Amino acid sequence: MTTVAKTEGGTESPYALSHLDALESEAVHIFREVAGEFENPVILFSGGKDSIVMLHLALKAFAPAAVPFSLLHVDTGHNFPEVLRYRDRVVAAHGLRLHVASVQDYIDRGVLKERPDGTRNPLQTLPLTEKIQSERFDAVFGGGRRDEEKARAKERVFSLRDEFSQWDPRRQRPELWNLYNGRHAPGEHVRVFPLSNWTELDVWQYIAREGIELPQIYYAHEREVFQRSGMWLTAGEWGGPKDGETVEKRRVRYRTVGDMSCTGAVDSDADTIEKVIAEIAASRLTERGATRADDKLSEAAMEDRKREGYF
Amino acid sequence: MSTTTTEALSATTLLRFATAGSVDDGKSTLVGRLLHDSKSVLADQLEAVERASASRGQDGPDLALLTDGLRAEREQGITIDVAYRYFATPRRRFILADTPGHVQYTRNMVTGASTAELTVILVDARNGVVEQTRRHAAIAALLRVPHVVLAVNKMDLVGYEERVFAAIAEEFTAYATELGVPEVTAIPISALAGDNVVEPSANMDWYGGPTVLEHLETVPVSHDLAHCHARLPVQYVIRPQTAEHPDYRGYAGQIAAGTFRVGEEVTVLPSGRTTRIAGIDLLGRPVDVAWTTQSVTVLLQDDIDVSRGDLIVPTKDAPATTQDVEATVCHVADAPLTVGHRVLLKHGTRTVKAIVKDIPSRLTLDDLSLHPHPGQLVANDIGRVKIRTAEPLPVDSYADSRRTGSFILIDPADGTTLTAGMVGESFAAPEPVKDEADDGWDF
Repeated sequence: MTTVAKTEGGTESPYALSHLDALESEAVHIFREVAGEFENPVILFSGGKDSIVMLHLALKAFAPAAVPFSLLHVDTGHNFPEVLRYRDRVVAAHGLRLHVASVQDYIDRGVLKERPDGTRNPLQTLPLTEKIQSERFDAVFGGGRRDEEKARAKERVFSLRDEFSQWDPRRQRPELWNLYNGRHAPGEHVRVFPLSNWTELDVWQYIAREGIELPQIYYAHEREVFQRSGMWLTAGEWGGPKDGETVEKRRVRYRTVGDMSCTGAVDSDADTIEKVIAEIAASRLTERGATRADDKLSEAAMEDRKREGYF
Repeated sequence: MSTTTTEALSATTLLRFATAGSVDDGKSTLVGRLLHDSKSVLADQLEAVERASASRGQDGPDLALLTDGLRAEREQGITIDVAYRYFATPRRRFILADTPGHVQYTRNMVTGASTAELTVILVDARNGVVEQTRRHAAIAALLRVPHVVLAVNKMDLVGYEERVFAAIAEEFTAYATELGVPEVTAIPISALAGDNVVEPSANMDWYGGPTVLEHLETVPVSHDLAHCHARLPVQYVIRPQTAEHPDYRGYAGQIAAGTFRVGEEVTVLPSGRTTRIAGIDLLGRPVDVAWTTQSVTVLLQDDIDVSRGDLIVPTKDAPATTQDVEATVCHVADAPLTVGHRVLLKHGTRTVKAIVKDIPSRLTLDDLSLHPHPGQLVANDIGRVKIRTAEPLPVDSYADSRRTGSFILIDPADGTTLTAGMVGESFAAPEPVKDEADDGWDF
C-alpha cells in the first residue's frame, strides 16, 4: 500500500512518499542490487522481527517470482521453541532452502566451550563464519539497524568482510548516492543491511501496515521467568534458574528475540500490535538496553563482536 | 507521540539531512540537542554516556559520546567517520548524516551530502564566515543539496545581537547564491542554551523565522516531477517461469527520476529499441503511474532484449549516450587517481571498464580557484576529469539528475571505491587561472 504523505498544513507534494514507503523502496532496491551482482547470497534468518521483515521485503522485491536467496539460521541451541516452529513454518510456506549453523554442534565437538556466564551469543560468530566459508556465500543479508547501537550507526549498507569475516571500521568504503559497491575478492564476502535506515518503531509500523505474522512471544503473555542481572529470563533447560533464583509467572513480552540465556522479557500488557506500537513509542529504553545482556559487557561489546565477524 | 495513531505516524515523510561544521562550532551540541529534545536519546543510552563520562573523570555527561561510536573515536576524542542518526517528531522522520568537520574528511562530507536533501552548516557567531564555512557551502553546492540551512551558533556569546547575525547571514547568502545554492535559510541559534533549535528563543524577539526543527519539519522533500527527465535503471529481470506465470517478464528497478505511465512509449538504452509500457507493478500491486524513488517492476509490450544495466526512458526525452564522460569528482580513496588509470565506472545499475584520459584541473575549495593539470588527485581532492568508457553510457548532467548524473569509480584490482563523480559542469565554473590580486571570493 502506498500512502500519500501529509503533514500539517498539507504542503507536501502528492509525489512525496511516506516514510515507510521510502524505506521499503530503498530496502527493495538493495535486495535487487544483491540479486543482480552476486552469485550466492543468503539471508540470515533468526525468526526475530527484523529478519521476518527482511524476508517479507525480499518476497515483495521479486514477486511474482520466488526469492532467489536461501536462508541461514545460526541456532544457538537455546532458541525459543515458538521461534523455531515459526521458522520451519515460514521456510515450508515459501518453499525456501534453510541452512543451519549449530552452536550446540560446535560445543559437542569440543570446538567451542560454554562460557561461565552461560550466554551463547558470542559463540555464534565461529559457526556463522565457517558456514559462510564452506557454503561460499558471497553476500550475507543481516537485519542489523543503525539505530540499534552506536557501532552499528557507523555500518555501511554494503559492508565488506575479509576471509575471516572481520569488520574494520577504518577501512570501510564510502557509500555515495545509492551506488553500492559489491566488488570483493574470492574468499571475501559482503554483509548487506537492507534495514540500515529503519528504527525499531519503523519495523513495528511496517509489520502493522503489512499485517505480518510474528512469533507469539513478541506479544504479552503469561510466562515462567526468573530474574538475573535485572532481566526477566525464561526458565528452561538451558541453565536457569540457578540456586537463589526463583521462578515466577509474569505477564511479559519480548522486544528482541535471541538466545534465551541473554534475551530478557519486559513486563507488558501489550497483546496486540497497536498496543506494542504505543508501548514502544512511549518507552524510555532502547530495545537492546532493555533486553540484551551481551551488549552490557563493555562499552565496545558490539564493535568488538562485529570486528570478529558477528552480524 | 504516544497519542498519535499508527496511521498518522506512518504517513509522515522522511527527510535526509547532513550536518557540517568545524570542530568547535558546536555541531555535537546541536545534534545532541536535536536528538535529546525530540526524545530520541533514551534513558539507557544517557546512562551509558554518564557512566562512561564519569569513568573518564569528566564532570558532566559528554554528549559527544552519544555520537562517537567507535573505540578509536572515543580514545582520540574525534569523529573519524560518517554516522547515521535517527529521530522523529509527529510530523516527520529524520535520517541525519553526522559528518566530521575536519578538512581532511572532505570525502565524508561528500558521502553525507550525496543522499541529503538538506545541509545544516554551522558557524560560530563570534567568527562569522570562515574558510571552512566556504568549503562546506561549496560542497553543498557541488553536490546540489536542494536546501541549505545556515545555523549561526553561539548567539548567546554575542549578546543575541541582530546585527551580528544579519551581517553573517548576508555574507553567507551572497556567497552561496553565487555558487548556485538555490535556497538558504539562516537561523540564529544557541545550541548550548537551546535558543531556536527546538524552542523559539526568548532572547531574540527580533527573529521572526522558524526554529531549526520547525524548518526541518516543513521543508518540502520532493521536487516538481513535471520537469524531471524520467529514468528507470534496470536492476534485475524477474522471470518466475512457473505454471501460474509462464510468460511473465518484468524489469525491476527503482525509478531514479520523474514519472512513468502505463501506455507510455519508452526507449531502452543503450540499444535504443523502442516499445510501450504494458504494465507497472508496484511491489506486487498493479498501478497506472509510478514515480521517483518507488521500486517497481515494468512490463513492456514487445519482447525485446533488456537486461541489468539498461536504462528505460521516455522516447521523447532520451539522453544521448556517450563514451566520453566529463565530470567533477571527489577522490575518496587513499591511493591517488592518475591519468591513464584503468578503472571500473558504476553508473546506475551498469558497471563498465573505463580509463582516466585527463585530469584538466584541481579545485581549491578555499577560494574556488582551479589549478590546471595537477597530474593526479589525492584523497579529498576535488577536480575535473575526462573519462573514456568501454561502452556507451546514457548519462545525464548531475545538475538535471543527482541519480543518473552521478557515478563512482572502482579499482578493478581490489574493489576499492576510488572516486565520486558528477557529470557535467560543476557549480561555479570559475576562470581556469585566478589572478593573485583577485579577491573576488573573499567578501
